[in-house]
Amino acid sequence: MITRKVVRFLDERSNTAPFLRKTLRYLFPDHWSFLLGEVALYCFIVLVATGTYLALFYTDSTATVVYHGPYVPLQGQQMTEAYKSVVDISTTVKAGLLIRQTHHWAADVFVAAIVLHVLRIFFTGAYRKPRELTYWIGLTMLMVTLLEGFLGYSLADDLLSGMGLAIAYGVALSIPFAGANLAALIWGGPFPGTHSFFARMYIAHVFLIPALLAVLITAHLALVALRHHTQFRSTRATERRLVGVPLFPGQTPRSLGLLFAVAGVLFLLGGLVQINPIWLWGPYHTYSATNGAQPDWYLGWLIGALRLVPGFDVTIDGYTLVPNPFWGGVLFPLLVFGFLLVWPFAERHATGDYGYHNVLDRPRDAPWRTAIGFAVLAWVFMIFLAGSADRIDVLFDLPYTAQIFVYRIVIWIAPVVVGVIAYRVCTELQAGERVERDRGRARREAEFS
Amino acid sequence: MRVRDALIAGALLLAGRRPPKRPRAREVPPGEPNPRAELLVIALFGLAALSACAFVAVYALDRIPDQTQFLGLSLGLALLFVAAGLIVTAHKLIVTEQLEDEYPPDEHPAEQEAIEHRVVDSGSRITRKRLFGLALGGAAGAIGVAVLAPVASLGPVVDMDPFYATPWRKGRRLVDQNGRPWRASDIEESDFYTAFPEGADRENVASPVVVVRVAARYLDLPPANRGYDAHGVVAYSKICTHAGCAIALYRTPLFQPNEPKPALVCPCHYSTFNPGTGGTVEFGPAGRKLPMLPLEIDANGFLRAAGTFDEPVGPSWWGVRMRGAHQA
Repeated sequence: MITRKVVRFLDERSNTAPFLRKTLRYLFPDHWSFLLGEVALYCFIVLVATGTYLALFYTDSTATVVYHGPYVPLQGQQMTEAYKSVVDISTTVKAGLLIRQTHHWAADVFVAAIVLHVLRIFFTGAYRKPRELTYWIGLTMLMVTLLEGFLGYSLADDLLSGMGLAIAYGVALSIPFAGANLAALIWGGPFPGTHSFFARMYIAHVFLIPALLAVLITAHLALVALRHHTQFRSTRATERRLVGVPLFPGQTPRSLGLLFAVAGVLFLLGGLVQINPIWLWGPYHTYSATNGAQPDWYLGWLIGALRLVPGFDVTIDGYTLVPNPFWGGVLFPLLVFGFLLVWPFAERHATGDYGYHNVLDRPRDAPWRTAIGFAVLAWVFMIFLAGSADRIDVLFDLPYTAQIFVYRIVIWIAPVVVGVIAYRVCTELQAGERVERDRGRARREAEFS
Repeated sequence: MRVRDALIAGALLLAGRRPPKRPRAREVPPGEPNPRAELLVIALFGLAALSACAFVAVYALDRIPDQTQFLGLSLGLALLFVAAGLIVTAHKLIVTEQLEDEYPPDEHPAEQEAIEHRVVDSGSRITRKRLFGLALGGAAGAIGVAVLAPVASLGPVVDMDPFYATPWRKGRRLVDQNGRPWRASDIEESDFYTAFPEGADRENVASPVVVVRVAARYLDLPPANRGYDAHGVVAYSKICTHAGCAIALYRTPLFQPNEPKPALVCPCHYSTFNPGTGGTVEFGPAGRKLPMLPLEIDANGFLRAAGTFDEPVGPSWWGVRMRGAHQA
């Protein structure tokens, strides 16, 4: 009875009952890999909630203060107000550390979920017509998210975040022709920049980029719903016929359950597993740095690339054209994202397949795509591993320089090896299926005769 | 009395009787009740409520040991209990049917055509379409530039002067973190020291230098840096020319017989510079040598700059060597 009253109230005022009826019957194909994007969405919700709370205590000022708080090892030290406010959130604000750590964990899981989601989309060919726009918006969100995460841990202004900003400055400077002008614009002058630089990062981190992400998420989900989900092939599921669980009642408790599970795990991590203890790193000064610094995982591939490039600047007669960080810090991510962005065109051009696809490929169904995808993945992953060579040096006593020389060769061999193996596995699986099919047919024929 | 009550009750019963409802088609197919699953879900939601109350209780307590851990545990468990309840609901208490639906049509040619015609027809009164478009585009572009122009206030877009400026000049003393001037005799061979220009801003990238004493057998300065050392004491910009981190590691040959030369190392990407040869790159990604600061020792034994750096300080940029470093 109450349901009818609410529905009538809404329908009379919004004319939406037909739309609502269709929406409740929107079908979700039943496969676990379709939930990766949802995990990312729920992380975003947790990030907005925890981030808003943190913003109530954070100070975006680089004015110098002397610490006199309860954390003894920092007492009497000079630091920025920004760093002091984050130390205070972690020490004196009740539940502040829980929220801060949950925010940090949510960011790490957010990017991980997006990356896994992209891999699923790539290896099943879900980006094909008519879903290229959805795919490009998704990749844009991944790029924006990397920047958002970097800005987030830069705002703390501890030693590690300052080192990260110095590197970002070096990378920005290295952009050919306009790098110095760009860096001067962003930082307001040479590093460490003007006193308003943190205000710039702050507004970008808490407003500009989250607002952009919210718009892109809306467009992404709207496009998914307008064209409906893709699905794996079955006897019932075909290019024209979609099979799935309706939004209500089937999918609703599942998705809500996932939302609460993601939030629950993130708060458990935030409470029980320490992450980025900024009070241990201490405040940043231009003249200080620490050994064994590792960024958040999703920047590991860039650290690896920056470290692997041999030491040279492109110069003409002593006149520098392209400084070194450009290769690892700008060109490398551009190549990887460029590959992902143009892949739908390239594949269409190579295969001549311009058709609509609602049914997904399994990785084995498209051996070339799988092989090339795995090759690129191996390339990026080896470079990512190279980013931790200094930790391997400390843990296993393998000389750093020797490791780097090996990596400089391995990153070119690994993609070939991995690509060939992936291709072989795909064709073998296909052959196995063919044999099974033929056997089944022979058996049926034998039974009939 | 009893009879009258019975009569009224009977009358009401008869009068209240409605014709039986027509059985309607169900929107969702029926399923068997599952009392055990229902009980489990109710218990899980109850546990969630308890955990949430525990969170509030832990929060309300004054600072207790491991408060963050208990807060995270109670809130995380509360959320996970709700998640478990919802997932049991989805699997045991709700009919999850696999329905079928047609995918939407690939395209709507009639609508596409109608839209196109509407746009084309609307412009039929405009005779000079190209000029009209050009004027509109020009206005939009100019307004776009006008709106973006104030962005230039963010920084010195074209003035590269600050990138070359350093606070070092001839005669400026080298001081430590507490402002105490360094004596040449303080600098020992197996250690490395950070120094700043006396009285200058220390956070400026062009301020900090590393000071080391290089043994005579490793000291082989190139002609351009001849005389930059003060009796074997040399100073280099502490900011790595690769990506701007502080050079925080010093490898001396004293403890590592397999490493032939002393080296200054940046911990970010392990660019390695030779302090004996004017800061040349030995290993790692740096593409430019470390800027060297010429030193002299005054009559009282204090270290002083004998000029400014031989190269611009910090990470390289397009045309970094166009000019030399200069005094601010």
